[in-house]
Amino acid sequence: MIRHWRLFVDSTFLYRFRRDKVAIISFSLLLLMVMLSFSSPLIAPYDPYDPAQIDIMDSDTPPAWQVEGDPRFPLGTDAQGRDMFSTILYGTRISITIGLFAVLLQSILGISLGLIAGYFGGRIDAFLMRLADIQLSFSTLMVAIIVLAIFQASFGTELYNDLAIFMLILVIGIAEWPQYARTVRASVLAEKKKEYVDAVRVIGLGSGQIMFRHILPNTLSPILVISTVQVANAIMSEAALSFLGLGMPVNKPSLGSLINSGFEYIMSGSWWITAFPALVLILLVLVINLLGDWLRDVLNPKLYKD
Amino acid sequence: MENSNSDHKAKLLEIRDLYKAFPLSSGLLEQLQFKKGRLVRNRESVKAINGVSLDIYPGDALCVVGESGCGKSTIARVVTGLLRPTSGSIVFDNERIDHLPPKQQLPYRRRMQMIFQNPYASLNPRMTVRQTLEEPVRFHNPGIANGAVKEKVEEVMASVGVDPGWSNRFPHEFSGGQRQRISIARALTVDPEVIVADEPISALDVSIQAQVLNLLMEAREERSLTYLFITHDLSVVEHFGSRVAVMYLGAICELADTATLFGTPRHPYTQALLSAIPRLKLDRPAHIKLKGEIPTPIDLPKGCLFQTRCLYADERCRQERPDLKKLNSGARVACHGVEENRIE
Amino acid sequence: MPILEVNNLEVRFPMREGELIAIRDISFSIDRGERLGIVGESGAGKSVAAFAILRLVGRPGYISGGQILFEGNDLASLSPEQLRQFRGNQITMIFQDPMMTLNPVLTIGTQMIECLQTHKGMRRREARELAVEKLRSVAIPSPEARINQYPHELSGGMRQRVVIAIALLTDPEIIIADEPTTALDVTIQAEIMELLLELCEKHQVALILITHDLGVVSEITQRAIVMYAGRIVEEGPTRSIIEQARHPYTQGLINALPERTRPGQRLNQIPGSMPTLMQIPPGCAFHPRCEHVTDVCRTQVPDYTRFDHSRVACHWVAVQEQTSV
Repeated sequence: MIRHWRLFVDSTFLYRFRRDKVAIISFSLLLLMVMLSFSSPLIAPYDPYDPAQIDIMDSDTPPAWQVEGDPRFPLGTDAQGRDMFSTILYGTRISITIGLFAVLLQSILGISLGLIAGYFGGRIDAFLMRLADIQLSFSTLMVAIIVLAIFQASFGTELYNDLAIFMLILVIGIAEWPQYARTVRASVLAEKKKEYVDAVRVIGLGSGQIMFRHILPNTLSPILVISTVQVANAIMSEAALSFLGLGMPVNKPSLGSLINSGFEYIMSGSWWITAFPALVLILLVLVINLLGDWLRDVLNPKLYKD
Repeated sequence: MENSNSDHKAKLLEIRDLYKAFPLSSGLLEQLQFKKGRLVRNRESVKAINGVSLDIYPGDALCVVGESGCGKSTIARVVTGLLRPTSGSIVFDNERIDHLPPKQQLPYRRRMQMIFQNPYASLNPRMTVRQTLEEPVRFHNPGIANGAVKEKVEEVMASVGVDPGWSNRFPHEFSGGQRQRISIARALTVDPEVIVADEPISALDVSIQAQVLNLLMEAREERSLTYLFITHDLSVVEHFGSRVAVMYLGAICELADTATLFGTPRHPYTQALLSAIPRLKLDRPAHIKLKGEIPTPIDLPKGCLFQTRCLYADERCRQERPDLKKLNSGARVACHGVEENRIE
Repeated sequence: MPILEVNNLEVRFPMREGELIAIRDISFSIDRGERLGIVGESGAGKSVAAFAILRLVGRPGYISGGQILFEGNDLASLSPEQLRQFRGNQITMIFQDPMMTLNPVLTIGTQMIECLQTHKGMRRREARELAVEKLRSVAIPSPEARINQYPHELSGGMRQRVVIAIALLTDPEIIIADEPTTALDVTIQAEIMELLLELCEKHQVALILITHDLGVVSEITQRAIVMYAGRIVEEGPTRSIIEQARHPYTQGLINALPERTRPGQRLNQIPGSMPTLMQIPPGCAFHPRCEHVTDVCRTQVPDYTRFDHSRVACHWVAVQEQTSV
């Protein structure tokens, strides 16, 4: 472990990070958002899930700096009287959680299938890749809308509301595995040709050991890059689904459902209910994508001498 | 097919009538062709090895030389089990091994190891030297004590001239020559009897080549190893090999003791090859130029494989493929001209 | 009167560890029609030196000092436009990989004709005729047909012949050949080298041959420069370098060749390996590997000891020379 740490500290990776302002700022913002949102039960002034703390009389309060603002609600309240600041904190936590777990699911599926396709080749490869093509020809949203709508219709809204977070993770996770599978397969094909793989085959190691012990660790760079971008994509997908009313329920809002709930009131002047969650969402997705771009540049094999 | 001076010795490794073709992966539509008014599916393949038989005796350093595309590396890969032969067989210690399932091949894998050409690609960049070297020891000796593994790794590291104190480093911290030493160490960890070396020094600098070649020679003496040494560098062969097989288009055209081959090369291709080595001394014979270029291994020439470039080819050469025939010197040559005494 | 004179050339690469000096204090000259070999192992800086002559040092490297005098013009200080009349015209290059010169999407004819149109202002028809003639001169069979082919339709050896034909198109004064045959098989290598030798003699072209192969240097060149860790360590007539090298490194390099030892014997190896640019030792860069090392070698960079036709950068040689006088 110490060895790996030393390697990391000495690496081009850290060196390039320290010299890149965009990367440092993006990373700090992301870290800040993650830390704030995950400690929301500790720092949020109100608990938006607790009906006892919500007073309908407080509804539609504008942000604190406006004339009708209330210093108790720095970013105002929504139509139900929930404190926007607290709700956004909780909502960001839900969005990030869904993003992370959906990507975890995607990567488990995609990496294993990509490894198998790339390593064994031939018919298995052709089958898995055609499967991926078929999957990709349906857009994620379309698949998600169909599945979620059917689920909602057949099991009722109540059950759906309880299971929404798992359903979203499952649907977004399954819909986007081909991205992973393709990336992993491409780098497995490149690694498989290298002599170190031949060397362990001559030693006699089995396919599983070769795939997971030798090839997989050498495909981590592209996996890291795609994972970053995919987290941003998953957050966006979740927001889109929630915006369409197929995502998180209003009583447990994610950033997407917050934007959606505020959208009804935007014409009546309550812009803050939509604007603040939207701003947070944009910022979150932007910094993740910026970090992803930076990672791709740093890990680019042409520039990356290892 | 026994060599004159090794008639009584048991063969350690036999390559029998080996063929290897790689199908060209073209789509079904490209394979379809009209021939004489009929639609024919025409599958093309690269014929990398076309009937090679070689015997390797314990203690041999058999060098296989030839130019790029002659199939010498394919032989190494078929022998070590990285590729399956199209036909023919590999016999190790009187046991045919090429068709065995992977599990049953394991005992033979341990006895036969390989060294690769590119020292920058043959070590896993994400594993330390210790991890790289321990893996084969643990794999082939299940349940071995940690102390014994460590001892073995340190022993081979010391014997290839890499400081065992560096075992926690990663490959990129080493120079090309040191990486090749580590590759050799990995092959030696399981105490093999045969080392198949595929161009082990051609990616290295001159002064490092000498170091690695010396190391291979030391290992041969100390561990009584047998080598199948694949190379394009004839000056290395002359120095290192006990016997030489010269290959052209996937077949052996001359097989002889090193001294015999370099002293009296008989096959026209061997002669041309030897005349082309750049030397320090300016006393080498004039360079023998060959006609044309190497034909593609997709469409092999009819008759002798070398006839399209041979200065002595006649009608028989164009029709009939020559077999390896033993000469008085003990050398084996596949050439009608030599057999008919047309070529000196 | 030398046609090219390089004085104290230095190339640096700015890196995160600070500036690395890839080559330093490189001075040599070449006469019209002379064949000069630059020998060294990888990392010795031989390619950097050759590329620097045409200011082709790859970024972020740059020429940080010295002169490159070609017929009195300092190539190091010319503007890019002025440089263009020399580069690819009076001085041409042959790379190890022919595809560095050849454009894969153009026929070889188009490339040759364009080259003649730009550099010589020739008309298309004239240019085409000359191109066919040049292809014939490098022994390409049926050049009239080959001229309409694309590079991928040719074999490696044929491609390198085409590159030589292109290098000769503009009747250059100097050809710089960087490992021109390393990627080729021995029989093809021998043919290409013979061709290059013949053409240089016939047209009185000066050749700078960069190679790691002492055998090739021995057969082709008249004079040789040996480089180690970015410096010239020895220069002299090729035969005298091969037969009586003075610098311990040159001696070691030559003696390490298999043909210098009886078959089956251990080769004479030089211990250790060439330092990377980041870790060049102080004093003489070769001292950690040298069997004649003394205290002065560890601290002081050796000056050149000059002989009639050669020079050597080595303290040990200098001391021997003084005591013998």
